[in-house]
Amino acid sequence: MAKTYVSATINGESAEFLCETQQTLLDVLRDVIGLTGSKEGCGSGDCGACSVIVDDRLVCSCLMLGVEAEGKSITTIEGIANGDTLHPIQQKFLEYAALQCGFCTPGLIVATKALLDENPNPTETEARYWLAGNLCRCTGYDKVIRAVMDVAADMRGETVA
Amino acid sequence: MNYIDSSLKVVGTRPIRPDGVDKVTGRAVFAADTRASGMLWGKVLRSPHAHARIVSIDTTKAAALKGVFAVVSGVDFPEIASEEAFVGEGPMNFRDLSLNCMARDKVLYEGHALAAVAASTQAIADEALALIEVTYEVLPHVIDVEDAMAPGAPVLHADMFTSGVSPKPEKPSNIAKVVTFKKGDVEAGFKEADVIVEGSYTTQPVHQAYIEPHACLASYAPDGQVQIHTSTQGHFMVRAYTAKLLGISMSNIRVNPAEIGGGFGGKTLVYLEPVAVTLSRKSGRSVKMQMTREDVFRASGPTSGAAMTVKIGAKKDGTIVAAQQVLKFQAGAFPGSPIGPGCMCGFAMYDLPNVDVVGYDVVSNRPKVAAYRAPGAPITSFAVESLMDELAIKLGIDALTLREMNAAKNGTKTHYGPVHQNIGFTAVLDAVKSHPHWKSPLKEGHGRGLATGFWFNIGGESSAQVHVNEDGTVTAATGSPDIGGSRASIGMMVAEVLGVPATAVRTIVADTASIGFTFLTGGSRVTFATGMAATQAAEKVVEDLKRRAAQTWDIPVEAVEWKDGMAYPAGSNAGAFEPLDLAALALKAGRTGGPILAEVSVNAQGAGPGFGAHICDVSVDKETGHVKIERYTAIQDVGKAIHPSYVEGQIQGGAAQGIGWALSEEYIYNTKGQMENAGFLDYRVPVASDMPMIEAVLVEVPNPRHPFGARGVGEVPIIPPMAAIANAIRSATGLRMPDLPMSPPKIRAALDAAG
Amino acid sequence: MTSLSYAAPTSVDDAVKLLAGSAGLAKVLSGGTDLLVQMRSGRLKPELIVDTKKIPGIIGIREENGAFIIGAGTPGAVVEAHAGLNAAWPGLVEALDLIGSTQVQGRCSLAGNLCNASPAADSVPALFAAGATAIIVGSKGRREVPVEQIPTGPGRTSLAKDEFILEFKLPVRPARSSDAYLRFIPRTEMDIAVVGCGISVTLDANGVCTAARVSLGAVAPTVLLVQEAADVLIGHTLDADTLAKLDAVAQAACKPITDKRGTIEYRTKIAGVLARRVAAIAFDRANGIKNGKAH
Repeated sequence: MAKTYVSATINGESAEFLCETQQTLLDVLRDVIGLTGSKEGCGSGDCGACSVIVDDRLVCSCLMLGVEAEGKSITTIEGIANGDTLHPIQQKFLEYAALQCGFCTPGLIVATKALLDENPNPTETEARYWLAGNLCRCTGYDKVIRAVMDVAADMRGETVA
Repeated sequence: MNYIDSSLKVVGTRPIRPDGVDKVTGRAVFAADTRASGMLWGKVLRSPHAHARIVSIDTTKAAALKGVFAVVSGVDFPEIASEEAFVGEGPMNFRDLSLNCMARDKVLYEGHALAAVAASTQAIADEALALIEVTYEVLPHVIDVEDAMAPGAPVLHADMFTSGVSPKPEKPSNIAKVVTFKKGDVEAGFKEADVIVEGSYTTQPVHQAYIEPHACLASYAPDGQVQIHTSTQGHFMVRAYTAKLLGISMSNIRVNPAEIGGGFGGKTLVYLEPVAVTLSRKSGRSVKMQMTREDVFRASGPTSGAAMTVKIGAKKDGTIVAAQQVLKFQAGAFPGSPIGPGCMCGFAMYDLPNVDVVGYDVVSNRPKVAAYRAPGAPITSFAVESLMDELAIKLGIDALTLREMNAAKNGTKTHYGPVHQNIGFTAVLDAVKSHPHWKSPLKEGHGRGLATGFWFNIGGESSAQVHVNEDGTVTAATGSPDIGGSRASIGMMVAEVLGVPATAVRTIVADTASIGFTFLTGGSRVTFATGMAATQAAEKVVEDLKRRAAQTWDIPVEAVEWKDGMAYPAGSNAGAFEPLDLAALALKAGRTGGPILAEVSVNAQGAGPGFGAHICDVSVDKETGHVKIERYTAIQDVGKAIHPSYVEGQIQGGAAQGIGWALSEEYIYNTKGQMENAGFLDYRVPVASDMPMIEAVLVEVPNPRHPFGARGVGEVPIIPPMAAIANAIRSATGLRMPDLPMSPPKIRAALDAAG
Repeated sequence: MTSLSYAAPTSVDDAVKLLAGSAGLAKVLSGGTDLLVQMRSGRLKPELIVDTKKIPGIIGIREENGAFIIGAGTPGAVVEAHAGLNAAWPGLVEALDLIGSTQVQGRCSLAGNLCNASPAADSVPALFAAGATAIIVGSKGRREVPVEQIPTGPGRTSLAKDEFILEFKLPVRPARSSDAYLRFIPRTEMDIAVVGCGISVTLDANGVCTAARVSLGAVAPTVLLVQEAADVLIGHTLDADTLAKLDAVAQAACKPITDKRGTIEYRTKIAGVLARRVAAIAFDRANGIKNGKAH
């Protein structure tokens, strides 16, 4: 089958790959590029485990074709930390025990990054609705939301009692 | 040793978990993240019919497709004799499990596997599946549990005769077994009662809905050596089942537990692994398989749906004198619903003189059920705790007071036999009474509900190793897959015993060839049983380290004391030696007896039962029937919280699953017996915006049978939510909602009917 | 096996030629949030995907002579961030905002939502209520049609094989006009509407309705424009009597089915409930009373 050549930027580095039309961006990330941090929980955009940021927009990588990545800049969970230094969101998820099995965690962290990039001061309700597309079956969302609210305050330079 | 009254430095704190960084950076390797050289993709052909005879399967065209390396169907799997197995969670029959992995003569539910292919790409595998030609003789099907019990219902298994009844039935039926539990004289008890309440309740099957679909990677080498990487709650279970189902010796199978993306009981049996191994054997290549989300819903096990009746009689003062329950659990296509625990758990919170419980295990054309968090208990407790609320209303007694009056205590004999010991139910009810939520006035338009729950918790067989590495750092290895933070709790117990910080211990999950047998992660057993093994292994290491220090100092071992991670001379008489820490002792290991390690295997007994009570406030939109959870508090006796954050997390997560069960989750079938909502779009698990914060309150009544006092905590929290919410809806609207889920259309219809 | 081709033309003409020239099924890709799901499930097996997002003007929002023009492929998130649209058409914006998750908002488009032709599509009742028109391009040139002429049944549209929507045009807004949209779902997010309702109104200085369009979703094979409901509103303030009549005519307009998402009885009742609630929000907004979002 004919493949399409695609050139994109992934986590700040230029990436070139060949992909078939029906391959989603998630397929490409996981099976072609080898970035397996983005997870497939449903393949239909309902769980958010495959969340990535494409040109500053949060998307489900299972709902975008690999060929559509041409010329785009993509951030995956592997690109959230700065080298050896965890992103404050990652650190806060650890401190708050905001993960149990860890399968939805990459998607939640990417989605939280997108939230705080757009709205550094979300209310709890805004955070919950923003993250409604990221299913977590382990935590009941409590510690996730607490971590998000607290890291948002940290990143704004506020200290929360 | 017992540390319950000791001052603890690590246990009870909240360190960052050992596997945390991997999981927040995308490094953690889950089953579907693994690859192998020359790997093929395996896919399963599943039945579109709820019940059909397989007349023929022609795989010729599929096998001939370029890129296809193996096609298998029932004929490629050995016939397995009917034999009860106890390697998973709950009863299991090896033959049934084999038939569930790959149908032979009949398909018994939509989604039942009947053939599989291995191909070089997923697209080719899909195309090959479409080329398999199956001729079915479609048979009448039955979905509902009471329909399946009715005379004349389509019978799934011609050789299934109800067990537990006398005389043995002459005709086969869908009732696999009947179980009964009796205590006292229930008829006499009801005669004494001043007030009798009765109710009928139904629950729907609900899926564990772990976010990670089942996945595995299997390799069958020409020398017969099998390697399996898989997402499972028990890699020893996978080894045992795969060996049995395929006729392979256990020593030839090595199972590597991948990181597991949620299980909740649903990953305590095999679906893909025997198929992947068979495809690998036939193709000579490694085979990777992963279910789609639709497969997960259609072909892996939810828990039972049920129909139940309950009757409770009490004196005017609230003393319960008789309780009766009939439970009909649907098991899916093969026997094995959690009817036993269902019969035991409903009344286990109470001290009752006269009890009569009858349970039916019933098959129907649905996927075979699997364990789901306290299997059976949430179902039975929805019924009992809803009726307890009605009893309280009828008696004019506060819901908490009624429960306090009848609460099980130490020494209470249960209706299923054992006597409760070292239980904390009273402490939990005390915590309800003093909690600000319970004491707060109800807001206008809100309703408040209370419900309780009981779960046995289990112990069982576990193995753990503690290694002091050459530089004095510590590795703890266990055979328990970590589904919610158990590496943290195990490592903390080891660190406490060794007297080192939690971060000094790296905990790993070892594969089946690298550690002794360990029963699967389930029954809330890991922190209890595996924790016990790890604690004992750490104690053995401490003893060994003391001996080595004594040898180094040339003093008797009794003169060595272990404190804060170092060997000290015990008092001035022992001599004036500089203390030796782990690094110093590790450096000398070659001269003091070689590598420092201990392995302990236990069959842990004395898992302390768990009790919980949930308080829930709701508001109900009376025009749409939509229920909003306004406030939620979950109180539970956890024995001792080793890592309180992960204990709270278990409670919050369990409560959230219960909220979904109560309000929105269900299997919806069409008239052909096909599931209509096999996806996260229409199988509605709670999303972040549905939920309030869930306050988890940890009550600590130590379990004396565990070195740190721990009890299992993972299962209890899913038991009370359904009744707590139903009781809150009753409080808000006056409506008793006896059928789950309490969805908006049902509530609006009930409101309309009530005028 | 059938091979699937992909093209991302940079002009309308090229896109139309590709669609016209395809031997098999050709699908237009904008956000892909429905198309990819349908391809994955096997319900759709196209041979050609024409990604229209590189066509100039198909993404973006502009004003022409006081009317807003929204590019057909503009993602929901872009529409929601547009201050002018939020002020003039808050109902349309909130309807688009209700589609799927934040992730879906990064991709989903008005054209996709309309051409997927689901009766439960959230943005469609709001588009109908708004009186929007679609600029359709194809081999025979451009045509402008009212949006309600596009869906013809579940999954079916009146578009020819070689046609696609380039942009949507919203009418010029008179003073004291506004709109609103609500849907009912079992959860708070992530569900398909059990019933949806969009209403757009214009009021006079006394708060009396002078123009109205009322639309209902998920209660018939296509989204409905309910003239009887508009007639109930026109000439009235939103008093109890008007609300009761609106509820009744909304219910009477329903021709729903019972399926996994709702029953005939429930959908019908909820249509009445939502019509009342949406009218209240739309009237408040048109009267200059600020009203919150649907969630």
